[in-house]
Amino acid sequence: MKDIVGTHVVSLLDKDIRLDGRKLDEFRKITVEYGVSSKSAEGSARVKIGDTEVVAGIKFSLGTPYPDEPAKGTIVVNVELLPLSSPDFETGPPNIQSIEYARAIVDRGLRESDALDMKKLCIKKGEKMWMIMIDVYSVNDAGNLADAIGLAALAALKDAKYPKYDEKKGLVLYDERTKKGLELKQIPIPITIVKIKDKFLVDPASDEEKAMEARLTVTTVEDGRICAIQKGGELPLSTEDVEKMVQLSIEKGKELRKLLK
Amino acid sequence: MAYSKRISGRKFDELREIKAEVGVIPRADGSARFQIGKTIALAAVYGPKALFPKFLQKSDTGTLRCYYNMMSFSGSGERVRPGPSRRSKEISYITQNALLPVLDLKEYPSAVVEIYVELLQTDAGTRCAGITAAAMALADAGFPMRDLVSAISVGFVEGKLLVDIDNEEEHYEKGNTDIPIAMMPRTGEITLLQMDGFASKEELKEALKAAKAACMQINKAQIEALKARYKK
Repeated sequence: MKDIVGTHVVSLLDKDIRLDGRKLDEFRKITVEYGVSSKSAEGSARVKIGDTEVVAGIKFSLGTPYPDEPAKGTIVVNVELLPLSSPDFETGPPNIQSIEYARAIVDRGLRESDALDMKKLCIKKGEKMWMIMIDVYSVNDAGNLADAIGLAALAALKDAKYPKYDEKKGLVLYDERTKKGLELKQIPIPITIVKIKDKFLVDPASDEEKAMEARLTVTTVEDGRICAIQKGGELPLSTEDVEKMVQLSIEKGKELRKLLK
Repeated sequence: MAYSKRISGRKFDELREIKAEVGVIPRADGSARFQIGKTIALAAVYGPKALFPKFLQKSDTGTLRCYYNMMSFSGSGERVRPGPSRRSKEISYITQNALLPVLDLKEYPSAVVEIYVELLQTDAGTRCAGITAAAMALADAGFPMRDLVSAISVGFVEGKLLVDIDNEEEHYEKGNTDIPIAMMPRTGEITLLQMDGFASKEELKEALKAAKAACMQINKAQIEALKARYKK
């Protein structure tokens, strides 16, 4: 069955037609909702791209700064591909797919763009730091989880407010939230482009993901600079392919950035 | 001083606001979202499908598996570590037992039906919200069911009976009694009953009566949500 759909996806693409009627460079409808778990999480957001849905939450935890960076705080990114969201996902520890999303897309995008000033997350040099725990969960997988996860993590960070910190006791008072938010210096937007035959598509739906040969997730910041790249898929890409895919992701990154303003 | 008023200002037998919806996860065979106050549960059903490893298969009947999980940012206070815990395993197990009586798994020999419950936000009553959502998801998936299952947590604070306990009440400084109950609303049969804290047998009787009335209200919301899907 998969092959029949896959063949159909490919044969339609010869005529520049996608299974759901979209243009090759067209996203499905995107919605961003803030504060979806505002009682529990210091920041939270839901992102839907078509039928794909993910939720992200931010918790502030205390930690001891790393010895090599005693004056900095840190971020910890975790992505869970829930078996609730797709018959293809299983229970158990994070698989390679979710590790790739967490590390190669969300974490790298945030770190390499210096989106957060890690120095501001240090409470006391060498002794106490904030650890910004970013957890993203898939709720429904209808394709392109990568971009949805990236967007949801950014939206939840934008939504986040510091909890109150009792310095004397060294405790976080989670019941009391301050008005101070996390300052995002950059909005690093990841955009995934897939290659099927000689065509390049944005926002792949599930059937298109199955038919893809290679993908490139390119993360860009506001001025168009690239801050992270991750290639996926089994087939190679030519340098011309890469150039085209990067150009497309810069353009789409601009479009999606507007959704977070 | 007696506990004369609830912290939230609710009446003693008043449920928090309920929102229920089915079909919220298109990839699943059946799904539901159930919100009571600030507690939000999502449930998805997959199956019946082949059960692996094969030695777990039962040739005369199907198997039900439930997984309860709190998203790591959904707790009050510290982040919850991802992955199964003793608590989540126990709740998964009691969720399974709360739902088994309404299903006829003999229809699906050797197969498995899996239910995933995820908590997006919590304010106590999560196992009950999870069971309520899971029952709706099963109905949404089209399983023949003897009845829905509706669940609520009732309890006592300073001798006063409270329906639908929230987190503040659960952590009331002078202690509380917490009784999560799941029922098949049509017959009033109980499929989940747990209790922590003290109660006399008269109090327990009173609690069961109040839980039944509350479950009827929850059942109404479940049925409305299921009907709403097919009105569109």
